[in-house]
Amino acid sequence: MPSVQTIGSRSRRFDAMDKACGRERFASDEYPEGMLWAGALRAGVPHGVIRGMDTARAKAMPGVVAVLTAEDVPGENRQGFIHWDMPVLCGDKVRHAGDAVALVVAETREVLSEALASIILDIESLPVVDGLDAALAPDAPRVHDLETGNILKEATLRKGDACEALTHCAVIVEETFFTPQQAHCFLETENGTARMDEDGTLHMTVSTQAPFRDRFEIGRALGLPPNRLHLTAPYLGGGFGGKDGATVQCLLALAAMHAGGRPVKMWWSREESLLAGYKRHAARMHFRLGAEADGTLTALVCDLDYDTGAYAHLGVEIMALGLEHASGPYRVEHLEANGRCVYTNNPVAGAFRGFGVAQVCFAFEGVMDRLAAKLDMDPLELRAKNALRPGDRNGVGVGMISSTGMKECLAGLRGHPFWQSRDQWVREAPPLTRRGVGIAAVHNGMGYGRGLADSAVAKVRLTEEGRFRVYNSVSDMGQGNSPTFVQMACEILQQDESLMELVQPDTERSHPSGSSSAGRTTYTYGNALIKACEAMRDKLLHRAAMVLMVDDASVLELVPGAVRHAVTGQELPLAALVGMLHPDDRFCIGEAMMPVTQDVPEGGEAFRLGFPHLIFPYAAHLARVEVDELTGNVSVSDYVAFTDGGRVLNPQNFEQQVQGAVAQGLGYALWEDCFAEGGRLLTTDLSNYVIPGAGDLPDIESHAVETEEQSGPFGMKGIGEVGMNGPLPAVASALLRMGLPMTRAPFTPERILAAFDGDNS
Amino acid sequence: MIISFVLDGEARTLEVDGGARAVDILRESCGVTAPKEGCGTGECGACTVLVDGVPRLSCLMLAAQLDGRAVITAQGLASDGPHPVQEALADLGGVQCGYCTPGIAVTAAEFLERHPDPTREEIREALSGNLCRCTGYHKIVDAVEDAAKRLGSGCGRDE
Repeated sequence: MPSVQTIGSRSRRFDAMDKACGRERFASDEYPEGMLWAGALRAGVPHGVIRGMDTARAKAMPGVVAVLTAEDVPGENRQGFIHWDMPVLCGDKVRHAGDAVALVVAETREVLSEALASIILDIESLPVVDGLDAALAPDAPRVHDLETGNILKEATLRKGDACEALTHCAVIVEETFFTPQQAHCFLETENGTARMDEDGTLHMTVSTQAPFRDRFEIGRALGLPPNRLHLTAPYLGGGFGGKDGATVQCLLALAAMHAGGRPVKMWWSREESLLAGYKRHAARMHFRLGAEADGTLTALVCDLDYDTGAYAHLGVEIMALGLEHASGPYRVEHLEANGRCVYTNNPVAGAFRGFGVAQVCFAFEGVMDRLAAKLDMDPLELRAKNALRPGDRNGVGVGMISSTGMKECLAGLRGHPFWQSRDQWVREAPPLTRRGVGIAAVHNGMGYGRGLADSAVAKVRLTEEGRFRVYNSVSDMGQGNSPTFVQMACEILQQDESLMELVQPDTERSHPSGSSSAGRTTYTYGNALIKACEAMRDKLLHRAAMVLMVDDASVLELVPGAVRHAVTGQELPLAALVGMLHPDDRFCIGEAMMPVTQDVPEGGEAFRLGFPHLIFPYAAHLARVEVDELTGNVSVSDYVAFTDGGRVLNPQNFEQQVQGAVAQGLGYALWEDCFAEGGRLLTTDLSNYVIPGAGDLPDIESHAVETEEQSGPFGMKGIGEVGMNGPLPAVASALLRMGLPMTRAPFTPERILAAFDGDNS
Repeated sequence: MIISFVLDGEARTLEVDGGARAVDILRESCGVTAPKEGCGTGECGACTVLVDGVPRLSCLMLAAQLDGRAVITAQGLASDGPHPVQEALADLGGVQCGYCTPGIAVTAAEFLERHPDPTREEIREALSGNLCRCTGYHKIVDAVEDAAKRLGSGCGRDE
């Protein structure tokens, strides 16, 4: 390994060896001395009125410390950080089977589960709203008592006059697409520990993507002052958006408030995670795309319906991104995108990598493929012809003044041997096997978007020992932001990795820097950290100048462990320099804020927060797909991704992110579906909710298209999400070319066999 | 009941409930948190440990079944310095969130003892019981392939 990890070099992650050797401690690895266990009783009924609850037996059980119901919840008893409509504990009504109705705190897990089982719950069932059709029916039962029925939010984005423009198009294609609820299935399920100390401060260690924001969510829900909430967020065992927003936090805090100062642990089982955790929104998308005879896109009219489940969570913002990305990474003169975010009694939907965009990619790439077929055009050339270029305005009218490498990604695919040899590969299909090569072009807005300050505050300290400590304040759920922060600090401070220390987010030690989400984590905190490290470098050189008695700090430079006089070679060890600095003078803080666009598209006023975006990573994907004609089984033989994420800081991390996202996207395309019937989840564990294993996936080739994002740290853009968006449309594209025009994901063998018979419903 | 076993090279004797799961005893009573729990039903492989040299899912074992056995976790695998497979997982980027990694490390280490020169297909099959949601497996397979070379070329930890 190189001693100073330079930016751009392939290097081992700072955290990798501890993790490989099982030494890393996750939130779930905490078992504080004298701890209690907390657990929630779930409604088990998707829609109903709570008539009564008998907790007497549970309360009387030896080893039970507390049995809590809605009456015991102080504060607003509402979770959520934009639309706070989700009770911590339901008191009168339940809206999905995973709703928590009681909370038990007990000495052991055994007592906990006995106590939960002994609670007698009397719920009068209400008619279940089990999907979009049921929710939007004129006489639908109301999940919340809204004047708008079950519609949480309805909005339209317009550019030009798309309906009118469609009437002049030489060719129009039209289709309706459906995507399922997808579960995050991070390996470490939702968990945390909490303890309330004597002065009323609540200390929590939680597997969370947003420790700073959690304080406000927990505080409001439970009537606690945020400054009395101290959260630490060690490495997460995965997140993908599913730990963005309270999971265990409010329940755990409530439990700790009734634990007599003892620590409490809550750790959802896999079943509970699937039942009560957030999911990707299921969506129905009707698209009409019109073009000129030469393939120039003219107009898109689309209607998107997102099933947000029982509560809003981030449903409105997710729908906003769906509308914003509805026309793909293409120039389209006229757009009308209508969206509805709809309540049902399904599990709660929320943030998930590809935040509302993963769904629409299936639809816009689906109509692009159908358009190519109708025009008898090469599907790649149709995409390249319409791909956004620097200076263009995107589908909602935002000028592309940031790095825009869509054409370059497609050019990479065009030259790839798998694209060049596609016809031959298809011809050589073995007996009873159909083959197809599919492509997809996708993008994904980065950052919170307009209306929500996307800022970060970074801190770096010179320790007593003359080492550097980076105070990370945006959770690392595995994507590798924190080792990248070490890499950045090593580069600027010219230090060996062995001289670096890394602190994970802690609301008392690090500074508020937003959530680990939206592809903004490394970008925003990284920009702040660069400033902090540069300030630290300048400070140390100036302080060293005094010690070394030179009047020009520019002759000094940082070298591993020391400040060096470039001319004489004389070195002042940092361990010596630090002794001359006041403790208050040993740290530097840097702040950064992501730029936002000043273009305000028509209809955008419906979205106060998070719309539109200025910076987009882009990707072009290719999948070589085989279908077994006897079984309907779809397998992906080879996969190639070209990604424009700006400059690549560490190729290894870059490839990891792309490969992992593609794997999750292939799961979305082929297997994953939180299947609920009548509001009851039937995919209850990992035996029937199938995520891909090592044997299910091909090697995934990743190529970087390195544009320079001027605003990014060292020129990078966030690529956490964009890779998720390609696989579903790429596989669908391959299937379409095999004569299987699939419109409903995932592409299970049953659906493929039905499609052989001409049934794509 | 009282059980005695050797955990990562260290003899342990403790009193356990007859119905206690091995994974809980290892993590809570013994403080060895390398075996992770991801599903509790034997689907994900994160809790894999070697019991008398054989990969076993500690969430599906009773603590009583550890009696008289030798248990090696990913922490124990690294007790004399990282095992070549752990080195390779770290060097080649087979580690992201790291939650599935301890289970993968012990599974792969045992697999490489039986298959010193595996194909990528064989590696994928060997790892099919260990779910990873972060990496897409590509780099994990790279790492196991590389570890085979490290072991085979004699640059393993026995050197």
